[in-house]
Amino acid sequence: MNFARILTVYLKELKDSLRDRRTVISMIVVPTLIMPVLIFGIGKVASGVFNKAKSEVARIMVIGADGSPEIVEVLSKSERLQIVPLTENWKELIAEKKIRAVVSIPENYLSSAGDSKAVMMYSYEGELKSRLAVREIEKQLTNFRESMVQADLEARGLPASLIEPFTIAWENVAPPEKVGGNQLGGMVPYIIIILCFTGAMYPAMDLTAGEKERGTMETLLCSPVARVNIVLGKFLMVLTGSLGSMLLALLSMGISFFVIGNVMDGAATAASAAKGAPAMMPTIDPLGVLGVLAMVLPVAVLFSAVIFTVALFAKSYKEAQSYVAPLIFVVLMPAMVGILPGIELNAKLAMVPILNLSLVCKEMLSGVWNWGYIGIIFGSTCVYAGVALGLAVQMFKREGVIFRM
Amino acid sequence: MIEVHDLRKTFRDKKRGEIHAVDGVSLQAEPGKIYGLLGANGAGKTTLLRMLATLLKPTSGTAVVAGYDVVKEAEKVRAHVGFLAASTALYGRLTSREMITYFGELNGMSYGAIKQRIEELADQLEMHEFLDRRCDKFSTGMKQKTSIARTLIHDPKVMIFDEPTLGLDVMTSRSIVRFVRDCKARGKTVIYSTHMMNEVEKLCDTVGIIHDGILLAEGSLADLKATHGETDLEEIFVKLSGGDS
Repeated sequence: MNFARILTVYLKELKDSLRDRRTVISMIVVPTLIMPVLIFGIGKVASGVFNKAKSEVARIMVIGADGSPEIVEVLSKSERLQIVPLTENWKELIAEKKIRAVVSIPENYLSSAGDSKAVMMYSYEGELKSRLAVREIEKQLTNFRESMVQADLEARGLPASLIEPFTIAWENVAPPEKVGGNQLGGMVPYIIIILCFTGAMYPAMDLTAGEKERGTMETLLCSPVARVNIVLGKFLMVLTGSLGSMLLALLSMGISFFVIGNVMDGAATAASAAKGAPAMMPTIDPLGVLGVLAMVLPVAVLFSAVIFTVALFAKSYKEAQSYVAPLIFVVLMPAMVGILPGIELNAKLAMVPILNLSLVCKEMLSGVWNWGYIGIIFGSTCVYAGVALGLAVQMFKREGVIFRM
Repeated sequence: MIEVHDLRKTFRDKKRGEIHAVDGVSLQAEPGKIYGLLGANGAGKTTLLRMLATLLKPTSGTAVVAGYDVVKEAEKVRAHVGFLAASTALYGRLTSREMITYFGELNGMSYGAIKQRIEELADQLEMHEFLDRRCDKFSTGMKQKTSIARTLIHDPKVMIFDEPTLGLDVMTSRSIVRFVRDCKARGKTVIYSTHMMNEVEKLCDTVGIIHDGILLAEGSLADLKATHGETDLEEIFVKLSGGDS
């Protein structure tokens, strides 16, 4: 191994890649912009959609309205509900989103014999506007029921507190780092894993299949540099793409949250901090972030080596894309499983690449340092990465792969 | 000096089975002379030259280039060989100077030596005008000059040309031919593959006719004409390769 030659190849590839628009977009532009776009853009759009849905007056129907004029009156008074005449095809109308919900009031619903009857609500499950309508109906009916009980108690000369002997309150006692880690713990590794992969993707394809397609691979192989040095120089560039993307994304995420915390949400944060409530900007343990970065390193090596090897088989950039693109699903699946609530790290899962990173990052960001598992995960991923890199070197030496016709 | 003895290269293809791309070729090329390898497309010229440049490993046989074995001392062979082919392209996003410098560095040359050598080559090849322009904006002629400078940066003893004029216009082809002659004049060992008879007639001291991986005939142009009773090289080639039947 000749470090000077590896450095020569690496520096040339770095210069070449930074002049390639596709690589710059995937390695620098996308990772830098994705977090602000996600945080500000999608957040703004989502809150806009939600507010719009919330401000809509929901059209509803009532079954059994004749026998319950009190309920109809209560629902009519709500500014968010509009009762429309009942039609037989109300189920279809809900499914077609022409009405948001239907309330069915049974006959003699006011029971005093202890066998209370259910006022049924029919809605479109998973549909936001239907859910909001149901929530509004429930709120109006609950208020109506409470006022009825209260009036009844008053009529019998009993205090109103009889139905509420105690109240329920809630307060967070976990440190803000743990709260922040828990909130972002699932998302951060997921984003890191995707960006490590996409950051490696374009340089890996350009430096292998792209070179074959352009005819420069043969030129390079004419030089007296040992194949292993060429592979390692190129591989370092792919790794730079992978880690560079991830670091840029983390940096832009940090800046985005800083902007939210200090500029956009300054007043609100100060007010909530004064009350002792958690601020809008999540607080993350900086040690946790460093821990995540250390754990990501062997995964980035693994991704870079695997994508490099796969792309090496292709004869053209286009062919490489068709080989490499499906790999993202292989990467995404364990990363997504890691986000699921309730999945905890154990010795078996600590050996599953990607999933183990996702789980351990969640723990580290919320301040849990399970050194045994951290050791297993780091060690096993280093072994996988080493094997993948060894494979990449071997494949590069195979003329059947390099000169594939 | 190039010495090839019973060199073979076999590829395995799923559909066609075993393909003997080079089948027992033996030849010798000497310093200060041009060895022309004449053959049709698919005759095995590129495979043979790629083995000599150590890009491919022979299945069997031996080849010694500039005193080094192509299998056992591949890196040393490459350090003494300049390989120019239609398939050896330039890095489009690098300038001509960056491209040549890169290959100087890969050959272990010092920065000062590379700088000096680039000036010499730019003078010889008249490259100063485009030396600091990106290769992807070059005309074919500029690309060829940069490629030539790339192969010469480390002043190799052996030059291997694999159909270097393929697809080039007349003027650029002529400059390549001039450059090949110049290599010969400087005492380099030159091996030149082509399927164009006129290039062989113009350039080569020794001609080897290759077909289906087998070297069918070898000798000076005059020897070949005398042996086969023909005055036209094309006729000899067609006769030997069994074409025109």
